[in-house]
Amino acid sequence: MVKLIARRLVLGVLTIMLVSGIIFVGVEVLPGDACTAYLQRAAQGKRLENCRRDFGLERPVLARYIEWTLGAVRGDFGVSMKRKTLISKTVGTRFRNTVILGVTASIIGVPLAILLGIIAALWRDRLPDLWVSTTAIFAMTIPEFVSSTVLILIFSVWLGWLPGIVITRPDAPLFEFLSDIILPIVALALVMTAHILRMVRTSVIDVMASDYVQMARLKGVPYGQMVFRHVLPNALLPAINLVALTIAWLLGGTIVIEVVFNYPGLGRLMLQAIFFRELAMVQAIALILATLYVGLNLFADLLTLVANPRLRTMQTSRP
Amino acid sequence: MTATTNIKPVKPKGAFVRLLAVLLAMLSRPSGLVGLILVAFHVVLAIVSPAIAPYDFRELSAQIILNAPSSEHWFGTDNLGRDVFTRTMLGGRQALLVTTVSTVLAITWGGFLGILLGLVGGRLDEILMRLVDAFLCLPWILVLLLIVVMVGSGPGVLILTLGFFYGIPVIRMARAATHDVVALDFVTAARARGESRSTIVWRELVPNVLDVLLVEGAMRWSWMLLAFSSLSFLGFGATPPTPDWGLMISNARGFMSFAPWAALAPVVALSSLIIGINLSADALAKALGIDRAQKAPV
Repeated sequence: MVKLIARRLVLGVLTIMLVSGIIFVGVEVLPGDACTAYLQRAAQGKRLENCRRDFGLERPVLARYIEWTLGAVRGDFGVSMKRKTLISKTVGTRFRNTVILGVTASIIGVPLAILLGIIAALWRDRLPDLWVSTTAIFAMTIPEFVSSTVLILIFSVWLGWLPGIVITRPDAPLFEFLSDIILPIVALALVMTAHILRMVRTSVIDVMASDYVQMARLKGVPYGQMVFRHVLPNALLPAINLVALTIAWLLGGTIVIEVVFNYPGLGRLMLQAIFFRELAMVQAIALILATLYVGLNLFADLLTLVANPRLRTMQTSRP
Repeated sequence: MTATTNIKPVKPKGAFVRLLAVLLAMLSRPSGLVGLILVAFHVVLAIVSPAIAPYDFRELSAQIILNAPSSEHWFGTDNLGRDVFTRTMLGGRQALLVTTVSTVLAITWGGFLGILLGLVGGRLDEILMRLVDAFLCLPWILVLLLIVVMVGSGPGVLILTLGFFYGIPVIRMARAATHDVVALDFVTAARARGESRSTIVWRELVPNVLDVLLVEGAMRWSWMLLAFSSLSFLGFGATPPTPDWGLMISNARGFMSFAPWAALAPVVALSSLIIGINLSADALAKALGIDRAQKAPV
């Protein structure tokens, strides 16, 4: 067990290291560097050389990479050339806002998705399933910018209940976001619920068809007991991983929702950073999102390990 | 070896007959029927729309800014007085072209690499799969945006970028599917006969993994369309004055409170195409007898 966890941890760290390498090499390979982006038209001759020397861009790639990663481990991503502030500070508040959005949407979306997924699976191919599944396809396939736009149209333009865009300052305290954040949360929770409920549905249907559930049914185990004792624990465990992956993936995709609602999150910061070619900022955000992804995945792995005794014993007996 | 007669699961029937059978199986489901009709409608429309569009998509007019739908302008006009009906008809062309080509690209390179890795295994497989995992951790939209900003957003760049990045998860799918096939008797038999590696890949593995790849491709297609229109919406995909649904929606959003028609038409067009592709993908998976794995559309 300990060995297994250690293995997962090492793999996670290795993946993050690889990712940081990819990010760094990717930014190196693309045409232009931080100085050409910062100076724009004036990027030539003496000024370009001076700028490159000031920021240490003429040093070898490997040295800069090592310096960057060492800084990143300590939470130091350098200084934003455009904003003249610490990147870690700007990114920090935006990160908080995105996490609020993601966590709230998950708190609403995940239980709802599990419930609806189970209902759809138990009433498979009958009316409840058809309704849930069809709605899920719609919610899943309609682009986020479309659903967000429609939400704004209905709830803030026509009904006038909620603000359509966020005008709160990025670093405002939590409670000031309360009314602003409802529509973005609904938009995100909608996609999340649709994705997860389809996974849960497939998973429950698979387990319902398994031999031991058939056996339980033949033994005359009452339906409710069968569902709660035999089916759900086995169906929901493998779903943990998929849920974590989906949430992590959606966090990368919140950018569209953040833009539509003018929400001051990481995604919009990313867009601005890319637009103004603030490469250091882009690198920092990419690394943070990737780490979040790996972290969530790792967490899900560990949760599955802890919750599933079969997996635990099987793995420890392995040499 | 037991005396089973049909060792090769791929039936020796012609490809055309099989295609027809799959198509019929898809059409026999209501969802597949609706999906295929939607997709066919959009593809045909994309091909013939330049010939049948009632107006020029660039034609501006100060007199008819944000007019409501009328007999002359069926879907109304936008903030520059352009005909929304015309622009909606033409709005899927670039998106369809780019995403279709990149889907084929992604499935081809991802599929081949995946099959090879599944067959060869060993060190190379380990190392490349770690890299694949690392790539999958990157937020997809960030990668797309970064490349588009640095290299440009021409259709060529978009095709290559989408084709490359959406091929990475395909590697995984193809590898897993190959692992299922490699262990079967007919591959062992081919090895025992002393077939070369390329023969095994082409004659034994590709035909058997193809079904999985097709379903995966149909799914990727819809995610790519989503990505492309998201990019356009954010202002990094299609460039004005090209009519594009994402761009049109982004543009019409500002006038939504008093001119909802300008946003409505592209919204319906884009959603119907994506839903159509998804329904078709579902029906295809069921027709081919594959459990379509539910996972995050990386």
